[in-house]
Amino acid sequence: MEKRLNLPCGQAELESLTAGDRVYLTGVIYTARDAAHKRLYQLIAKNQSLPIDITNSAIYYAGPCPPKPGYVIGSAGPTTSGRMDVYTPPLLDRGLKVMIGKGNRSPEVIQSMIKNKAVYFAAIGGAGALICKSIKSCHPVAFEDLGPEAIYRLEVEDFFVITAIDVHGNNLYETGQSTP
Amino acid sequence: MRQIHVDEIITKVEQLSIDACCNLGTDVEDRLKDACSSEQSDLARDILKQLIENAQIARKEGIPLCQDTGMGVVFVEIGQDVHITGGYLYDAINEGIRRGYKKGYMRNSVVKSPINRQNTGDNTPAVIHTEIVPGHKLTITFAPKGFGSENMSALKMLTPAQGLSGIKKFVVDTVKKAGANPCPPIVVGVGIGGTMEKAALLSKKSLIRPLGKPNDDPNISQLERELLEAINQLGIGPQGLGGRTTALAVHIEVYPTHIAGLPVAVNMQCHACRHKKVTL
Repeated sequence: MEKRLNLPCGQAELESLTAGDRVYLTGVIYTARDAAHKRLYQLIAKNQSLPIDITNSAIYYAGPCPPKPGYVIGSAGPTTSGRMDVYTPPLLDRGLKVMIGKGNRSPEVIQSMIKNKAVYFAAIGGAGALICKSIKSCHPVAFEDLGPEAIYRLEVEDFFVITAIDVHGNNLYETGQSTP
Repeated sequence: MRQIHVDEIITKVEQLSIDACCNLGTDVEDRLKDACSSEQSDLARDILKQLIENAQIARKEGIPLCQDTGMGVVFVEIGQDVHITGGYLYDAINEGIRRGYKKGYMRNSVVKSPINRQNTGDNTPAVIHTEIVPGHKLTITFAPKGFGSENMSALKMLTPAQGLSGIKKFVVDTVKKAGANPCPPIVVGVGIGGTMEKAALLSKKSLIRPLGKPNDDPNISQLERELLEAINQLGIGPQGLGGRTTALAVHIEVYPTHIAGLPVAVNMQCHACRHKKVTL
């Protein structure tokens, strides 16, 4: 089914999504990948505050290219989510609701998603030039010293994603691959 | 002896790096279109269409196809009658990359220490493979490698007794294990024989062949076809969300090996299979 979702969104809207739904996202998402996740994880471990408000937020696993003149961002596709798995459950416990990336997640992440009623979307890996068209603004908000791995606040409009794992743990990477 | 000045090399590598990252090979684009018409699943077809549209946007606007503009892998074939003047060849290649990544607004993805992980800030150094060949020409192939796919690569020292069936099992298992991570549809580079590092290098080098061009040896090209069929029956599909198009091609390179060994390396490559070549 094709749906539209404004971010941040209410819990009921998240729970209405089913693995396999095609979704157009509009609103605010934050980029964070390996190095930023490591820092967020360490801050949580020390019980310190995070540089972004994680409650009800959406994280996009991405490290974009720098923008050409006249662009707000360069190529900006998803990176492999599995590398973030080890850092993810504590973020979900802190209120992270939406994750966007590519590739399957670990059983631990999926269990934590079910517990915290969070959704994981797949963006199209390798389609960074196309995806950058749906990004309307981009500003660094934390860890700027990490360069492409900094946390950027993005405003997106009709960013096409596929519901890969829903709040019930239904997983398109399992069901989709079993029916060629 | 022919002389080639490093300035010419710097300029060419700069151009190659931008071209490779922004301009999808027509061999790949044609293959994606074929896959689009043969794919049964609606979602798989839509994903392939988006990859084609992505390539067209990147080419038209001169922006990278993918934000992972990779670590530079450079294959250099240097004729034994060539003399490089004005500086060191490897410095020239790295300078070309430094300039190309800045000019092309490409991402710097290289960290200096694999342990401490501080970004070098200019996407250097590249991984450079140099081969001395007969003649007086210099051929440079720039093949930026993204790590979504590179991370899913594998190498195994099989025993001679494991033979052909062992090779097939290892290649198919590696693709299966990789699942969605290398951004399927993938290109699978396989190196068989030699020593451990030779097999790895062959698997990488096989990826710079024109897409789907079979190995000259009919036995090996048959193995390429059989593996491609087996891989596309896994059902992984575009982006790992199901479908028949898991791989666009399997490329195999072989080399003589030791009586006791059967090294096999599988280098996973995302659909873009970026590589551009120049001969001076």
